[in-house]
Amino acid sequence: MTAHPDRSPDWPQVSLHVVTGKGGTGKSTVAAALALALATTGKNVLLCEVEGRQGIAKMFDVDPLPYAERRITKGAPDEDGRGGQVFALHIDPESALLEYLAMYYKLGRAGKALDRFGVIDFATTVAPGVRDVLLTGKVYEAVQRPRGGRKKDQITYDAVVLDAPPTGRIGQFLNVNSELAGLAKVGPVKSQADNIMNVLRSPRTAVHLVTILEEMPVQETSDAIEELRAAGLPVGGIVVNLVRPQALSPSELALVRDDAVDPTSVTSELKRAKVDVGAALVASLVDEGRDHAVRRQLEDEQRELVAAEDLPTYELPRLANGIDHGALLELAQLLRTQGMA
Amino acid sequence: MPVLSIDALLDDRGTEIIVCCGSGGVGKTTTSAALALRAAERGRKVVVLTIDPARRLAQSMGIEALDNTPRPVADIETSGGGALDAMMLDMKRTFDEVVESQASPEKAKQILENPFYVALSSSFAGTQEYMAMEKLGQLHREALGQGTYDLIVVDTPPSRSALDFLDAPERLSSFLDGRLIRLLVAPARGPARLMTAGLSVVTNALGKILGSQMLRDVQMFVTALDTLFGSFRQRAEKTFALLQADGTAFIVVASPEPDALREAAYFVDRLTDDDMPLAGLVINRASPSARTELSAEEAISAADRLRAQDSSSLTAGLLQLHADRVRIIEREQHLRERFAASHPHVPTAVVPAMASDVHDLDGLREIGVRLADQA
Repeated sequence: MTAHPDRSPDWPQVSLHVVTGKGGTGKSTVAAALALALATTGKNVLLCEVEGRQGIAKMFDVDPLPYAERRITKGAPDEDGRGGQVFALHIDPESALLEYLAMYYKLGRAGKALDRFGVIDFATTVAPGVRDVLLTGKVYEAVQRPRGGRKKDQITYDAVVLDAPPTGRIGQFLNVNSELAGLAKVGPVKSQADNIMNVLRSPRTAVHLVTILEEMPVQETSDAIEELRAAGLPVGGIVVNLVRPQALSPSELALVRDDAVDPTSVTSELKRAKVDVGAALVASLVDEGRDHAVRRQLEDEQRELVAAEDLPTYELPRLANGIDHGALLELAQLLRTQGMA
Repeated sequence: MPVLSIDALLDDRGTEIIVCCGSGGVGKTTTSAALALRAAERGRKVVVLTIDPARRLAQSMGIEALDNTPRPVADIETSGGGALDAMMLDMKRTFDEVVESQASPEKAKQILENPFYVALSSSFAGTQEYMAMEKLGQLHREALGQGTYDLIVVDTPPSRSALDFLDAPERLSSFLDGRLIRLLVAPARGPARLMTAGLSVVTNALGKILGSQMLRDVQMFVTALDTLFGSFRQRAEKTFALLQADGTAFIVVASPEPDALREAAYFVDRLTDDDMPLAGLVINRASPSARTELSAEEAISAADRLRAQDSSSLTAGLLQLHADRVRIIEREQHLRERFAASHPHVPTAVVPAMASDVHDLDGLREIGVRLADQA
């Protein structure tokens, strides 16, 4: 895949970017980088998390997020060094339920009674699926928020990025409202559930899948794509994350893999580079190179499987020093040059 | 950091249950399978309960179908007198069986056909946690009664948070004691006029939100299930007690990544708070150590010098890879030390990453060797 410095973004019509991936693939990192990338000058982007981990706060090194939209940072800077605004929201089901009841039913005293009878607790912990209904409901509200609505202080967003549950659960999570609509044949719950499903199944939504170039995550990605398609949910792009450094060319990789490296030439090069060189050092470097080359070959096999999905694909490198704010900006720029944002 | 001695744990006949837990994507299922295989080949009669194994791993253990029945794993070394069965959890089937075993056939039918029950037992989040624990309880009773197994290894569901799994029995228990149940069951039983004002406010609100048809479905479901609640709670409490017992050993699995180790720390704290017997921490997929002492900084500056002269230098590439490797190892080391600083007494085993994915018994054996070999 080549970088297109000035290419136009691949998802102009999308206002809800759902980011999922198998555990350990770095989906939260990708979601955050995508939010930074989408927040170009003049744009407002909301990054939501729903799994109670406070991962956003940790990534951006801010205090734990409340159930309120907070501006956390600026978008990745453009050529003029300017960027839009990135907001974050930590959605917990209890707060979402109370807000939902207040907003749609104006329950007042009854709302309190519901809490006293353990209904809130029941709905958000024991009752099947209600959690997911509430979480997706809040995301829907942020996406659908009318511009210049009655509440003047409310921010409207050009894009919402959802750091969603992992691939193993994503179909169920996004489809929960259609299950609910099936259970409630009439009434307000049904119409709300139908509205949410209409947005989730529309071209305004894209479900992006994050994977690494290993067998299980790639297999899970392909299973999830199938599941999402079967449920009528729009599949977005694939983000291949944590890609190993491309320090060796294909011919060099083959050379290293086949044990065909000439130690004397490495020795003389190391000498030229003023490294204190011995035979052991040369052998160690070549051994490490072989480990790497074997891994790269496995990566290439998986990369072909990813390519066979025939979806827009983006690659992000494994950063040896881990993820901090600077690293997120670096990844955001890479997503922009590849056209994801 | 104290070292977690896997073989001592597996060989101890007092170890009856091993529960592997941790966040998603850290290799929990593989670790469970590797521990079970190693225990069996060291002479234990083992059953491993997996939740959602990768297809090829499941195939290699002969559990392609999700049928809730432990099946013998072929091609294992049995000269030590051990054996290994494996099964995959079918949460709906497990739930159905609980209902069928507790209710009259007529009532069971009524429950199994209720649309809420169908949704609850098959597709919604949370049920897996209850059912994994329910199945563990069943297997343990069976093992005690019939002497079929002397060790049960359990993989836990990929929970959104570590808490879900530990809280499942208690959450169910407190809900069943709750007023909500009484509230939902009341209208179906007594005359409406006996309801207090508070109750009617709540049922009206629920009706308004859910619609009357859905509220009726829920009430019918809860009423039908009401007689079973007592036994559900008893079972949940028994399982909780079983998890706390001396014969149980929790192994927290993590990878050397900040998120996974943070979850692991959280889990260790919760287990400690709940008096659950923690055996130790397994850190999977550690980067293999560097083979030379050359520092990352030296390697990078040497690579830069070479590239200045020859941009396609192979040696520069090798040096750059070495620097990358050293930095990752240093970062992992730092993360492990940070964990150890806050949890100095947790025995730990570090497992170096395999070059490729594991999907056969040989691969599992190799993981077992790496788990045990902490020299």
